[in-house]
Amino acid sequence: MGRDTGGESGVTPYDFGGKWQPSPHEQARRQARKHKNRRNALIAALSSLLVIGSLLIILFTSPGWKSLSETFFAWAYGVEVLPKILLGFGTNVVLTVIAGTSVAILGLTIALIRTSRSPALTPFRILATIYVDLFRGIPMLLVILLVGFGIPALRLKGITNNVLILGTLAVVITYTAYVAEVIRSGILTIHPSQRAAARSLGLTHFQTLRHVILPQALRRVTPPLLNDLVALIKDTGLVSILGVTDAVRAAQIASSRTFNYTPYVIAAIVFLSVTIPLTRFTDRTLRKSIERQNAQGNA
Amino acid sequence: MSDILIVERLRKAFGSEIVLEDISFRVPEHTATVFIGSSGSGKSTLLRCINLLEQIDDGVITLDGQEISAVEADVDDVRKKFGMVFQSFNLFPHKSVLENITLAPIHARGVDREQAVDEAMDLLNRFGLKDKAEQYPDRLSGGQQQRVAIIRSLALHPRMLLLDEITSALDPVLVNEVLSLVRELKSDGMTMLLATHEMGFAKQVADEVCFLHGGRILEWGRPEEILEAPKRSETQDFLRRVHEAGRL
Repeated sequence: MGRDTGGESGVTPYDFGGKWQPSPHEQARRQARKHKNRRNALIAALSSLLVIGSLLIILFTSPGWKSLSETFFAWAYGVEVLPKILLGFGTNVVLTVIAGTSVAILGLTIALIRTSRSPALTPFRILATIYVDLFRGIPMLLVILLVGFGIPALRLKGITNNVLILGTLAVVITYTAYVAEVIRSGILTIHPSQRAAARSLGLTHFQTLRHVILPQALRRVTPPLLNDLVALIKDTGLVSILGVTDAVRAAQIASSRTFNYTPYVIAAIVFLSVTIPLTRFTDRTLRKSIERQNAQGNA
Repeated sequence: MSDILIVERLRKAFGSEIVLEDISFRVPEHTATVFIGSSGSGKSTLLRCINLLEQIDDGVITLDGQEISAVEADVDDVRKKFGMVFQSFNLFPHKSVLENITLAPIHARGVDREQAVDEAMDLLNRFGLKDKAEQYPDRLSGGQQQRVAIIRSLALHPRMLLLDEITSALDPVLVNEVLSLVRELKSDGMTMLLATHEMGFAKQVADEVCFLHGGRILEWGRPEEILEAPKRSETQDFLRRVHEAGRL
């Protein structure tokens, strides 16, 4: 049994019920595809070699390269200061954990206040809006300086002068504003029909939020929130300006003693060792979340 | 037969656009009232008004002798008495079929979890979806999703069902499985209000057909009167266009 498909293209007639074998036509196509892929790989390798190679040649042949490598890449000195920087980085980690937790709770609260329609919450809604507008618009360094030096200057009784606590507070204030907006945008992207379905089942506003809207919204904003977490880890380095001995401050102390900048490079590598894996993880989460949304769209 | 639902002189406008005007009708217990009319005639809005998802601009809605359009009516309580099903299913994508069905009984009606699950499984079993209980909505066909949505509304033991073009998003093969479920509910004596484009189905299931046009009820009566011998030219025109589209 078969159907003549012309023969000119080299496609053999269909053999219904027979086992599938790639036709000569398909085999030729695969061969051509393989050839094309091999050629593309070759082009990519050559162009990378050319561009990166020339950059390296420019770097290594530049007149200042020798002195620069001595000041920035003195690895023996780097190994010597590594323990101190790691110790300082412990402060960054602790700060990230404490600030991250507080930001998550406060950011969610502010997002909920801003999306609520309850008349009783009107003053809070106004305050939350002003707060978010203010602290999303001020550079974090300024907030750190204002909180770190401003609050002790008030000389209030019972208010701490501990720079670590004040620094954390400044970070929390700034990041809560960012995170609240991310969560709020997530809540707003959930289609109104979900709310309509939940309310028509007799669920209250709060139950709808708790069981239907928030679980979907938070899942949707997980990738951007992880992105903010990476940024938070880096930005904890800014509290060093208040004199907190974190990784940045430790590097600063070490380098000012010897006028060698290697400690800064070491500090950068320490930060990267945490942020790069986390960034990769964020990318994977984002990809999965997009795949999941597409799957839903196709259903 | 007593009337479950009475709608009197209902009016609804969005801004300056009047969507529903002078709508009055009664739904006796165990009957099905079908609203037909072209898109934009106000069918969906009418169902949403009855369920208090939209605020009405005038008129009175009475359910079991109580005015539910009163300002002091408990909105959440009223909604539990209606089972509403939407054109686009609106299942909760992050919850399994079973969780979709038990969510409202557990949280809105305060039924304990075990009993809610038992009841949900009984319903799923009865309508041939027992093996889908643990699945998520995106794994189901459109027809299955819509049947789950109907079961979800039944789990609240509603006084009546509001079915808003529940087959419009389905391909013709899947339409049947949903409609046969509705027919079964009808023969069980469930009171229902439907908006639909399926005229054949309307003829089978309806006790009364209302033709909505430009936000008003232009004609109403027994299905054979309205669908086969309509008096108004607008109704004739509408039915002819539906017929040409091949849905009769």
